[in-house]
This record gives sequence, C-alpha cells and structure tokens, in this order.
Amino acid sequence: MAAELHVELVAADRQVWSGEATLVVARTTSGDIGVMPGHQPLLGVLESGPVTIRTSEGGTVVAAVHGGFISFADNKLSLLAEIAELSDEIDVQRTERELERAKAEGDAAAERRADVRLRAAAAR
Amino acid sequence: MGAQLRVYKRRIRSVSATKKITKAMEMIAASRVVKAQRKVAASTPYATELTRAVTAVGTGSNTKHPLTTEAENPTRAAVLLLTSDRGLAGAFNSNAIKAAEQLTERLEREGKQVDTYIVGRRGVAHYNFRERVIAESWTGFTDEPTYADAKKVAAPLIEAIEKETADGGVDELHIVYTEFVSMMTQTALDARLLPLRLDEVAEEAAPKGEILPLYDFEPSAEDVLDALLPRYVESRIYNALLQSAASKHAATRRAMKSATDNAGELINTLSRLANAARQAEITQEISEIVGGASALADATAGSDR
Repeated sequence: MAAELHVELVAADRQVWSGEATLVVARTTSGDIGVMPGHQPLLGVLESGPVTIRTSEGGTVVAAVHGGFISFADNKLSLLAEIAELSDEIDVQRTERELERAKAEGDAAAERRADVRLRAAAAR
Repeated sequence: MGAQLRVYKRRIRSVSATKKITKAMEMIAASRVVKAQRKVAASTPYATELTRAVTAVGTGSNTKHPLTTEAENPTRAAVLLLTSDRGLAGAFNSNAIKAAEQLTERLEREGKQVDTYIVGRRGVAHYNFRERVIAESWTGFTDEPTYADAKKVAAPLIEAIEKETADGGVDELHIVYTEFVSMMTQTALDARLLPLRLDEVAEEAAPKGEILPLYDFEPSAEDVLDALLPRYVESRIYNALLQSAASKHAATRRAMKSATDNAGELINTLSRLANAARQAEITQEISEIVGGASALADATAGSDR
C-alpha cells in the first residue's frame, strides 16, 4: 500500500472535501507545488487555480480554489480557501456566460475566477 | 347579549389573533436557530485551521507585523458592535449595546479615542437617536450573514488598523457580539481582535501543550503572515456574525414563547370573566322575570277582591 496523506479541503463556510490521497498539486504564489506523503511541514499562500488531488483509490479530484492557504504537517494537509468548488459542482455553461460577461465588463478578478473554474471543470 | 359580555368576547378574539402570530414567530425562530447553528458548525473547520496556521507563523518565526505588535502608546481604538436588524428579541440588542457602551467607556478612561462601527439597524438607530458618531455601518444581512458580508465588514477595519494612527488609523480593534452558549443562554461579550495576542491564540489552537512543527514558508514568513492575518480577522468576524444571528433567533424564540404563554393566560382570565358576566346576565334576567311575575300575580290577586 502506498503511503497516504490526509487531505481536508475547507472553504470559509463549509468543508468541501476530505479524504486520503497520495499526491496533491496546488498553485502557490511562487509556482505549482506537489505534496506527497512525508513532505516537510509547509505553509504557503495559494493563488487562484485548480487543485488536483490524487486519491488513494486511484481517482482524481479537481477543485477550483480562489485564494487561500496550504498547510502540511504530520501527514495532514489542509487547503483553506475563501471559495472552493469541486469540479463536478461547476456549471460549465453558466461559468462560460460569466466569463463572457466579465470580459465585456473588463472585470479582471471575475474573469480570472471564471477562468479557474473552467480549467478545473475541463481537467475532471 | 349584554354590553360587558360583548367587550370580553372582542378582547378574547384580538388576544387569540395575537397569540397565533407570536406562536408562528416562535416556530419560525426555532427553525432558524437550528439553521444558524448548523452554519456556525460548518464554519468551524476553516476557523480552526486558520487559527492553527496563524499560531504556526506567529510562534515559528520572528516576524514583526503591524497586526501582531502592540502600539507603545495606543490612542485610537475601533469598536465593532454586532446587533440585529429587527427587534422582538427581548433584551438581545440592548445587552449588546450596553456591553459596547461599557467597553467604550473603559477605553475612553484609558485615554483612547473610540471609533464605532455598527452592524444591524437596531444599533444604528440607537446611536443615531443619541446623535453619536458612527464611523461606518452595515445593515440588511444580520439574519443570515454570508462570508462575503464578513469580508465587507472586515475590509474598512483592516484598512483602518493598517493606517498610521496620525492619518486616522486605529491601534486596536475590539468586537462586541452575542455569544451563543446554548438555546437558553446567550451572553453579550467583548473581545480584542487586534493586535493579536499570539499566546492566547496558541492556547486556543493547541490546548494540550502540543508542539507545532517547524514549517517551511512559501514564499516567506512575512508574506504568509501578511496574507493570513486579514483572513483571520475576516473569519473571526464571520464567526461572530453567525453567533450573533443564532443568538438573535434564540432570543426571538424565547421572547415569542413568553408572549404566547402570556396571551394564553390572558385568554383564560378573559374567558372566566366573560363566563361570569354571562352568568350574571342570566341570573339578572331570571330574577327580573320572577319579580315581574310575582308583581303581576300580586296585582291580579288584589283586583279580584
């Protein structure tokens, strides 16, 4: 059995996902980072971006995370985000509409949020 | 029907209508308390993880940050008061306002100038009526606060604390809210949010003397702390908003329950009075008839002779 780490993905108002994983890839302000079991204790600032969790059953969970933190210690990984959505919770058509609207209004933040959502949905 | 009886009947009708309304409000509040409690529980994992992270940075590095260092000579403080938009909640709002006033008084005695920030229409009305200055206020979301609302409230407060005191910034941030202890107990209390007392936060995060690991900070401890602290404040304000909402619903439920009970008692008393009035009327009618009949009988007996 491969080594596992426990992952908790929590948003400000709910727990989004929790379970065992073998690899977590997230984007911090200084670049993508992959965390495997036994990693050195880590505390980093997350960029908006998709987070990929490879579960111990061999599946993949992708979530769109908008800002937040990654913290890893004692084989426990917490992903804290103000807003986080799993890729299967994302409504692609609605997000595309949002992206178009954000582009039309020149709202850079909304555009990036919609873009992250779409990328997470595409990676599922 | 006699006039008195009619008056009683009318009052009973109006009290029963009131009772129906308060009963409905009680049930609505009861269901909302449960919902609000669930929201408090749902926000707990984020808050605990965030507290852990703040402690990790605070104790694992020697970073100095304006949000964790105490000003040598604090002269200005901000007080955030959480009240509700609607009343009918017993002493809920007046307790919170009283706590805020006591805190303000204490801070002023310590020689600090106090800026008041208010959430909820009740608090705003109280301060406006007394013509006191409000630095900023927010209304309209106290029943079901969302994280976005907490962010909206936190933004100007964080901005104020980051500014230099001479430019209108503040040195301290206090919050007054109603803690939801249980369905029956809610206490208004004040807490200092900033500057952070790291030892207190550490105690909250790891009460059993657990030793936190040495973290690798990405990109650097300063940057992490910079990003963490505003989030920490937001999450604390969010938690306070949720607790206040739960407390408000619990207070409403209790107030409405006693209103319903009182209405029930009033209906009982009034129906007894109405029964007595009806009985008195009947008795009077009977004695009138009997009196009339015997007077008639006397009269006819006299004319026979």
